[in-house]
Amino acid sequence: MSSEWPLWEVFIRGQHGLNHRHVGSLHAPDAEMAIRNARDVYTRRNEGVSIWVVPSSAITASSPSEKGPLFDPANDKVYRHPTFFDIPAEIGHM
Amino acid sequence: MPSLPDVMTPALETLAPAGQPAPAPQEANRDALVEWLLRTGDNALILGQRLSEWCGHAPALEEDIALANQALDLIGQCQLWLGLAGAVEGRGRTADDLAFLRDAGAFRNLLLVERPNRDFGHTLMRQFLFDAFHLELLEAARASSDPRIAEIAAKAWKEAAYHLERSADLVVRLGDGSAESHDRMQAALAALWSFTGEMFTDDDHDRALADAGVMPLPSSLRPAWDRTVAQVLDEATLTHPGEVWQQGITDMGGGKRGVHSEHLGHLLAQMQFLQRAYPGARW
Repeated sequence: MSSEWPLWEVFIRGQHGLNHRHVGSLHAPDAEMAIRNARDVYTRRNEGVSIWVVPSSAITASSPSEKGPLFDPANDKVYRHPTFFDIPAEIGHM
Repeated sequence: MPSLPDVMTPALETLAPAGQPAPAPQEANRDALVEWLLRTGDNALILGQRLSEWCGHAPALEEDIALANQALDLIGQCQLWLGLAGAVEGRGRTADDLAFLRDAGAFRNLLLVERPNRDFGHTLMRQFLFDAFHLELLEAARASSDPRIAEIAAKAWKEAAYHLERSADLVVRLGDGSAESHDRMQAALAALWSFTGEMFTDDDHDRALADAGVMPLPSSLRPAWDRTVAQVLDEATLTHPGEVWQQGITDMGGGKRGVHSEHLGHLLAQMQFLQRAYPGARW
């Protein structure tokens, strides 16, 4: 039965002001039941205040085989990190 | 070897001795209150235990977890109701004592909740028929003049509201699903319908609490339940069973009066085994 249900990716917002975070996936026949199942599977320990579900098939992922060309070029571009500024102590954490 | 407790002879100390004057009104209300708390707590306990039998067996992982969650909600509610029952009763019995050390005849749950799980359709139909009642009961209990009842009901109501949302949705999906799921839901409805009338029968305990303004009569919850059930069955394309003969509604029988079906004993044998075999065991 479950093998016939499509797969959904579940995103939970832990508290107001935070982003939704991917927490896992589950099977459900439609979006409404995916929300209910997500409530039962992923928020049992008071994890969230909001749930998003997305059909897994709607997600386009980068290909692992392109990892080199996609990400390696950023490795040696230290000037892209804002680490060369002196931040006065009074400003605190940015 | 210690002898087993004698379950066949009525416990005389719990029965009113013949020839005694009628108890004072306060006393009568206390008995009615204990009775109501046991009924409400036992419904949650027995249905929770029934649902927990699905753990590891449900048709999909998601359903398995959902049913186990619901079982835990109900068992959590039963702890509160039975804890209060023990306190009001004043004989020093805890919620655990009441759950694990009473015999079948002392349980006050509805016959409906002790019905066996059978297939998933039966389990869901039983759940829906009970949830629709449970929500009305807790809605009324939230407004109880007894603050202890109102407080427990306020917590349990939120859980029951979700239970009903879920069970009603699944009854609609399966009723209005494939030919097989429709037939199974219709069969479950036919098998369980004669156990629904007991939810709305009034007895002297109910009338005492209604007179005292603690809880409305069970029969007053019926119209709202009828509406919910008719609407969901209609949406599920299931045929309403109409008026049929009902179990456990005479003055002689019914789970509310401790006269149970053979299924409760088997359930208790499993649930109570550990405390019966190893009295006082803790972990």
